[in-house]
Amino acid sequence: MTNVPIEGILLPNEKPNHESPGNWKEYFSFSTDHKVIGIQYLVTSFFFFLVGGIFAMVMRGELMTPESDLVDRTVYNGMFTMHGTVMLFLWTFPSLVGFANYLVPLMIGARDMAFPRLNAVAFWMVPVVGIIMMGSFFIPGGPAQAGWWAYPPVSLQNPTGNLINGQVLWLLAVAISGVSSIMGAVNFVTTIVKMRAPGMGFFRMPLFVWAVFSAQIIQLFGLPALTAGAVMLLLDLTAGTAFFDPARGGNPVMFQHYFWFYSHPAVYVIILPIFGIFSEIFPVYSRKPLFGYKVVAVSSILIAVVSGIVWVHHMYVSGTPGWLRLIFMLTTMFVSVPTGIKVFAWVATIWGGKLRLNTAMLFALGGLIMFVFAGITGIMLSSVPVDVHVNNTYFVVGHFHYVLYGTVTMGLFAAIYHWFPKMTGRMYSESWGKIHFWLAFIGTNLNFLPMHPLGLQGMLRRVASYAPEYQFWNVIASLGGFLLGMSTLPFIFNMVISWMQGEKAPNNPWRAIGLEWMVSSPPPVENFEEIPIIISEPYGYGKSEPLTANLSE
Amino acid sequence: MDSYINSDELHHSGAEHTHDEEGNKMFGFIVFLLSESVIFLSFFAGYAIYKTTTPNWLPAGVSGLEVKEPTINTIILVASSFVIYLAERALQRHDLVKFRLFLLTTMAMGTYFLVGQAIEWNGLDFGFTTGVFGGTFYLLTGFHGLHVFTGILLQLIILVRSFIPGNYDTGHFGVNATSLFWHFVDVIWIILFILIYVWQ
Repeated sequence: MTNVPIEGILLPNEKPNHESPGNWKEYFSFSTDHKVIGIQYLVTSFFFFLVGGIFAMVMRGELMTPESDLVDRTVYNGMFTMHGTVMLFLWTFPSLVGFANYLVPLMIGARDMAFPRLNAVAFWMVPVVGIIMMGSFFIPGGPAQAGWWAYPPVSLQNPTGNLINGQVLWLLAVAISGVSSIMGAVNFVTTIVKMRAPGMGFFRMPLFVWAVFSAQIIQLFGLPALTAGAVMLLLDLTAGTAFFDPARGGNPVMFQHYFWFYSHPAVYVIILPIFGIFSEIFPVYSRKPLFGYKVVAVSSILIAVVSGIVWVHHMYVSGTPGWLRLIFMLTTMFVSVPTGIKVFAWVATIWGGKLRLNTAMLFALGGLIMFVFAGITGIMLSSVPVDVHVNNTYFVVGHFHYVLYGTVTMGLFAAIYHWFPKMTGRMYSESWGKIHFWLAFIGTNLNFLPMHPLGLQGMLRRVASYAPEYQFWNVIASLGGFLLGMSTLPFIFNMVISWMQGEKAPNNPWRAIGLEWMVSSPPPVENFEEIPIIISEPYGYGKSEPLTANLSE
Repeated sequence: MDSYINSDELHHSGAEHTHDEEGNKMFGFIVFLLSESVIFLSFFAGYAIYKTTTPNWLPAGVSGLEVKEPTINTIILVASSFVIYLAERALQRHDLVKFRLFLLTTMAMGTYFLVGQAIEWNGLDFGFTTGVFGGTFYLLTGFHGLHVFTGILLQLIILVRSFIPGNYDTGHFGVNATSLFWHFVDVIWIILFILIYVWQ
């Protein structure tokens, strides 16, 4: 067989597309193909991204003026609660699981996940979660209104007096989502540990796989704590127990412990795969090996481990004693060490590289820049004196939106653009992609940067009305928010048009050397005609020795 | 040579890459049990914190827990772990008769435990809603009882499957997983017993 040399790298002859995963009907069926499930996750979660985004638009509309004049307060409470919940449980989690589903078996040289049917069941729980959550808007008393963290005693107040109220539905939906995630975690951990192609030791795994592995370990050991808390809250609401009800001898702070023991690490469940995506994208578009591969790999595990001992930083003002606050301040600050390692590795990878600034790379770079900013405000918030001052203000909202939109969502868009040709067999339009990027980048900063001065000045989060002196920054933030909302339109247009009639994609349009680029676009049903054998580390861009990458002829 | 993938060896790879489905299932099941144990740990930690921080832990009129009956129950449950081990061993020797016998004994012992617990619940002078004490007691014992019940169901399934000819000639994932689950339920009970009954 012949190989095509490109910049010192030998790649296999590009074969014509064959065996696409079937027609569009398959995406609406109970498929057990990890690639179909991956795209099912991605499209479903994007739908909920739009739903959560519409809630955000309404809230930013309400906050244009100091008075509460656009929507009813019940609706507003429901909207900020659902915005947070939907964006976490129905957008970031499932979309990253979608990428993990699509990519992990391809990247480790497996034909599918370890448990394909379990995989499909886990996916189909996601629309159920969405239907229950959205359905709560149509029951008496409206949806859950206690915020995405559902703190008692607020969450224990039952506006209807009925057994079934918005908060109960919310807890049920979260519980189902938890079951789905546990199924996914068991599947991913088993797949990654047991199904790697011959020769792929742990230190030859792509960093995205490392990141998914670390994130799923957090799911396994963190989610049960949230489940425990959710079960107890559900019992308080429906069966008359008194776990968290202070009026009846219960302890509401206990719920905060259960909640944050999982929900802080959950941030790393979301962001670790994004770090993995960055680690895949920067070397390709910089034409350089990833700097410090092994250290970056191990730092993911380190983040997963440390994430389990930082949760109390959400509870500095919940009556936590000073000595405990000090311990958690130090552990929280320690997270910046493995995270910093990654950032330096990416910068060193880009440094002196032959950069190709297409849309995927722009989104990754934009995400990295905003992550650095989020990291700095994160260290500020980990410090007890700062946190006590800005606790429950818009400073916190600004910080985590830099994480969750600035980094996670931008990283997700980077991933969508990067792997779009592989998934669909079509190229996307770079010019529409760049319009999307610049609108999103400017919108994000215009939206979330003003939240920091607002918080420092003392504007509380979750309010529908505020003092007039906060209006200036709120108007700027709202205009940024609307711009950000609009930025989604060129994206949808680009994706739909490109998927339908875009230029045919070659197997490896970015000249990457990951295993997933060695198969046709889209990959055939069982990925590999023959399972490849791996004999070196995965990021050999521009190395002097030529690389041979071959599957079979 | 610095290569990521070796093409020369590819044609031998198909044979080497055996798909160890039984091994995957067992590994996945162990991972699942690890996750389950965190739920129990969360409840246990909650119980310990509630017990040490709640003023008037035992609500007025509640006399505390009797230890004698639960101790007998504990002995029965722990013993059943050995019996299911014997069942597993019998199956390895392809002795289906003994396998079924030991399995039935395990199920009987598990059922004895559940019935004993139901009788205990019935005689208690506090309920699920009697303060945090009542809530945590019934939550922990109830959640564990649910696991015992699930274990008995799993045992019933593998018992029925043993009557299908050829079913247990090769892999025994279902049997091994059921047995492991039963040991897990046992270990959890021992911790729970110490936490709730011994530490009063």
